[in-house]
Amino acid sequence: MNNQAPHSLELRDIEIRLDGKLMVALDATVGPGETLTLMGPSGSGKSTLLAFLAGFLPPAFEARGRVVLSGHDITELPAEHRGIGLLFQDPLLFPHLSVAGNLRFGLPRCMSNRAEHIQRALADVGLAGYGERDPATLSGGQKARVALMRLLLSAPSAVLLDEPFSKLDTELRDEMRRLAFSHLQAAGLPSLLVTHDREDANAVAGAVIELSGGR
Amino acid sequence: MPKRTFTAILALSLGAPLPAQADDWQAVLDEARGQTVYWHAWAGDTRVNDYIGWVTRRVRTEHGIELRHVKIDDTGSAVSRVLAEYSADNHDDGSVDLVWINGENFAAMRENDLLFGPFAERLPNFTLTRPEHNPEVVTDFTLPTQGYESPWGKAQITFYYDAEALGEDPPGSMAEILAWAEEHPGHFTYPRIPDFLGSTFLKQALIALTEDADALYSPVAQSDFEAVTEPLWEYLDALHPHLWRSGRQFPASGPEMRRLMADGELTLAFTFNPAEPAAAVADFELPASTRSYVLDGGTLGNVHFVAIPFNSPHKAGAMAVANFLLSPEAQARKQDISVWGDPTVLDVVRLDDGSRALFEQASDNPALLAPEALAETLPEPHPSWMGTLQEAWQARYVGAP
Amino acid sequence: MLRFAPALIVTLLVGPILAGLAMALLPAFGYLPALGGERLSLEPWHELFAQPGLARSVAVSFASGLVTAAVSLVVVLAFLAGVSGSRLDRWIQQLVTPLLSLPHAAAAFGLAFLIAPSGLVARLLSPELTGWERPPDLLIVQDPWGLALMLGLVIKEIPFLLLMCLAALPQLDPGRHVAMARSLGYRPTTAWLKVVAPALYPLIRLPVYAVIAFATSVVDVAIILGPTLPPTLAVSILDWYHDPDLSRRFMASAGAVLQLGVTASALLTWWCLERLVARLGRHWLERGSRSCADRPLRLAGKSLILLAAFAAFAGLAGLALNSVAGFWRFPDALPQGFTAVHWLRALPSLTGPATATMIVAICATLVALALTLAALENEQRSDRHPAQGRLFSALGLLYLPLIVPQIAFLFGLVVVMETLGTRHRLGLVIFGHILFVLPYVFLSLSEAYRRFDPRWSQLALTLGSSPNGAFWRVRLPMLLAPLLTAAAVGLAVSIGQYLPTLLLGAGRIATVTTEAVSLAAGGNRRVIGVWALVQASLPLIGFVIAIGIPRLLWANRRGLQGA
Repeated sequence: MNNQAPHSLELRDIEIRLDGKLMVALDATVGPGETLTLMGPSGSGKSTLLAFLAGFLPPAFEARGRVVLSGHDITELPAEHRGIGLLFQDPLLFPHLSVAGNLRFGLPRCMSNRAEHIQRALADVGLAGYGERDPATLSGGQKARVALMRLLLSAPSAVLLDEPFSKLDTELRDEMRRLAFSHLQAAGLPSLLVTHDREDANAVAGAVIELSGGR
Repeated sequence: MPKRTFTAILALSLGAPLPAQADDWQAVLDEARGQTVYWHAWAGDTRVNDYIGWVTRRVRTEHGIELRHVKIDDTGSAVSRVLAEYSADNHDDGSVDLVWINGENFAAMRENDLLFGPFAERLPNFTLTRPEHNPEVVTDFTLPTQGYESPWGKAQITFYYDAEALGEDPPGSMAEILAWAEEHPGHFTYPRIPDFLGSTFLKQALIALTEDADALYSPVAQSDFEAVTEPLWEYLDALHPHLWRSGRQFPASGPEMRRLMADGELTLAFTFNPAEPAAAVADFELPASTRSYVLDGGTLGNVHFVAIPFNSPHKAGAMAVANFLLSPEAQARKQDISVWGDPTVLDVVRLDDGSRALFEQASDNPALLAPEALAETLPEPHPSWMGTLQEAWQARYVGAP
Repeated sequence: MLRFAPALIVTLLVGPILAGLAMALLPAFGYLPALGGERLSLEPWHELFAQPGLARSVAVSFASGLVTAAVSLVVVLAFLAGVSGSRLDRWIQQLVTPLLSLPHAAAAFGLAFLIAPSGLVARLLSPELTGWERPPDLLIVQDPWGLALMLGLVIKEIPFLLLMCLAALPQLDPGRHVAMARSLGYRPTTAWLKVVAPALYPLIRLPVYAVIAFATSVVDVAIILGPTLPPTLAVSILDWYHDPDLSRRFMASAGAVLQLGVTASALLTWWCLERLVARLGRHWLERGSRSCADRPLRLAGKSLILLAAFAAFAGLAGLALNSVAGFWRFPDALPQGFTAVHWLRALPSLTGPATATMIVAICATLVALALTLAALENEQRSDRHPAQGRLFSALGLLYLPLIVPQIAFLFGLVVVMETLGTRHRLGLVIFGHILFVLPYVFLSLSEAYRRFDPRWSQLALTLGSSPNGAFWRVRLPMLLAPLLTAAAVGLAVSIGQYLPTLLLGAGRIATVTTEAVSLAAGGNRRVIGVWALVQASLPLIGFVIAIGIPRLLWANRRGLQGA
């Protein structure tokens, strides 16, 4: 899906504070196709870290360190120019768009034969012919798959996953995990998985970092 | 002093228009063509509004003037507007070109130099009113108009009642009204002061009751107000307990009084427009058994006018409209009971035959007052009495437990 | 650009009001050179306080503010406390919401005809039940205590407060809280009152203050339903401003300043009452009684709100009946005949005012919507979260037009505009309407906008969309329903404006409301019926569109239905 040179995500000496109090600190590098798993209870600063990496850190927080993506320092870039994709807990399919419309939303504007890309992506996850459906009529698993394809179609250079499987049934969860990580690896994308579920960490080959919060 | 100037202007403008004046008037009409004239006029009556709509169409075809009826619920708001413009030094681009006015509004605007004039005598049709025979068309509440307003129509206090509900002869004087109200408590009232019609009722009662009616025709400051009005307050104190809602509440206006008649809450009421009861019957508002009359010895009557504010940017257009309003065609239509029924200010007897014929209409409407009844018109007191009476009434009856 | 939106809004709203107030203050202290007032003096105040019945005017104005707010709030809370999501509850909500679009004057006319001694109710019951052959001589409408006035206001303010509560409730997650309290043994209505109501009140405090300010200074409703000897303070002020005796302008200005004081003291009193209730309420909360007349309360809430809605609708029906009535003698329940003549007479003169009304309303609403969206979007992007329910934040100033009585600053504003030489009437009227439309639009939209899940925009950004793209392609379409509701509220507010249209338009901009009010001066109930219905139907069309468009557009999008 992404034919550019392999990407890597470097997190250099990152420290995030609120009112002077250290929330989270991290220094790590995620290579192409690799997944770094961050484990920690709620309140350990996982979400804050993701917000910082994606470019949504509220101004009340104070952050130090650099985020370098494929050799470019993206710390100061606005969210839409970072090339970092996000997968949330909920699939968050835009309710006012059709399934195809959701996928089209992520497609870079300059891309040619957009319709073809969308059809292929749907077929990839077993949803061929679902393009014109109202997303609200899909099952939970189907929604999750559409959300994943939407993310990949937007051609990110790195991916953040915010407990993306926590709301799925156990069976679906395994299936989605496999699907997601096989696609991410195939695309050679560095990814950062945030979770409090040990299963997630076990299922993914790669480093695991335990966050304990800054306390 | 003002009186003398007034006579001088009057002398100049009497008689047939001189050729020079005709040219002068032609220049006014030329200037008026293409102007948009904003006429602020009370709009509480659809019949009046429809008539003004007709005037709008006629002056468009006749003079190329675009007349806009600015519908207001209170002439005071137009006065207020001109005043605001005056305070802001807007002396030549005002928003009011013509205003329907009389009485204390006129007095107030004159006193503050808010009116343009004299212009009435420049209107060719003004001579048709024959002011030398009909002083009321150049007198507004005893004040000489001095050409600062042009007469438009007439009003006279006219009583009306539901003959079916009353079943007897209606009370013909102030004393009889009191006696009748005592017998029929709750069937009569008058509009709340400072309403125009309500205040006129006070004056009507005052004229009938006071021992010194002459005092009313000079400024109130020149007489002993307490002494002159003493009989009025005695009368009202006696009357109020027998009024509608025991005098604890009064209708806001003449039209509201008419509505109370329509609802059967009142049996006897009065209005300033002699044709109003008949018109209301035609409009399904009042029962067909409605009848009109005036009190023995006559009732107060006055003339209503149009005036031009000092800062109107379309004075020529406004004058052309005022002149059209005085044309026999417009006056006859206005007097037509099926249109509005407002009596003409023209001296019909002295019109030429063709014009006079326009005013002849069958008046067999039982709700309509016989024309001769209106001959008994009492002149309005000096305008200063109105304000003083209003204040005295409010001090006496407002906020009383 | 966006960054300037809040400043622009505040200047646009606060500037004219302060300027207008200043121009009322000067004459109040004797300074108005146009009328020969060259020196400052206290004379206008002496004159004002010498007015007969002034104390009573002030008392009625003050009381109607507090009573209207208290009764409306209690009814709405009692109803919401008893809401169980049943069909009846939903039906009541659907019944009450359109009443928001009903202009105050139309509602007041309807109510006046309903409850008058010769009104619809009396006609329906007479003479069989009452024995009345002619209307009883009872002082009901325009009673000296202002009860009819308060009733009319309550009928109109209930829908407003209800809508504001419904907008604020979802963020409190009342279902879970009530369930939790019920699991502790509280009866459902008691649970709602103890758990949800205290959290809800701060969110609707501002609308409540707006109700108080409005009710203390309303003009049109007070003319129709309010006391007359003396009338309420606001009506007296209007009379003085319109008095042919121009020297009364000084006293009128002093009255306008006094009105400001009356409204302010009503607000202050309410604020003190809030403290008191909070203190007493805490006792009640902590005492832990599990049930407080649950059933009666629930019944009372439902029946009172239904009664208010029915009164409004019956009043409208009465007006409709009048608009086609032939002669209608008391105590006939129906007119003797029906006629279309009142409508036919009105139709030719309808198009002009209806067009002007729509132009003004649409322009004012669009500007208000644009400014509101700009301010809210700026808030989102700069991540500044407003202190909710707090009155005195900078942007909170935008609610000033809801708190400062119209009558206190409009006359002054006219002088200011004249001095500036602004003569573009249509522009001025639209500008004047924006003053009042903007706060209501903001009030209606801000809750939904601020509550909008920020992840949607974040998601759009991570998918490569620009912030503007995220706004147009995600936020706007998803917020279409509340956006259109806010627009409909804006339209309704604009359509109902009387004084600003009349004063700023110099009477040249005739809208259905100015027509209706000037015709009402004629007291012809048939004509009033026609125009009140026209006046009521225009905003209703707005509401129908606001509800209809999202249903049509999202017919195939289940996720947005019922949003």
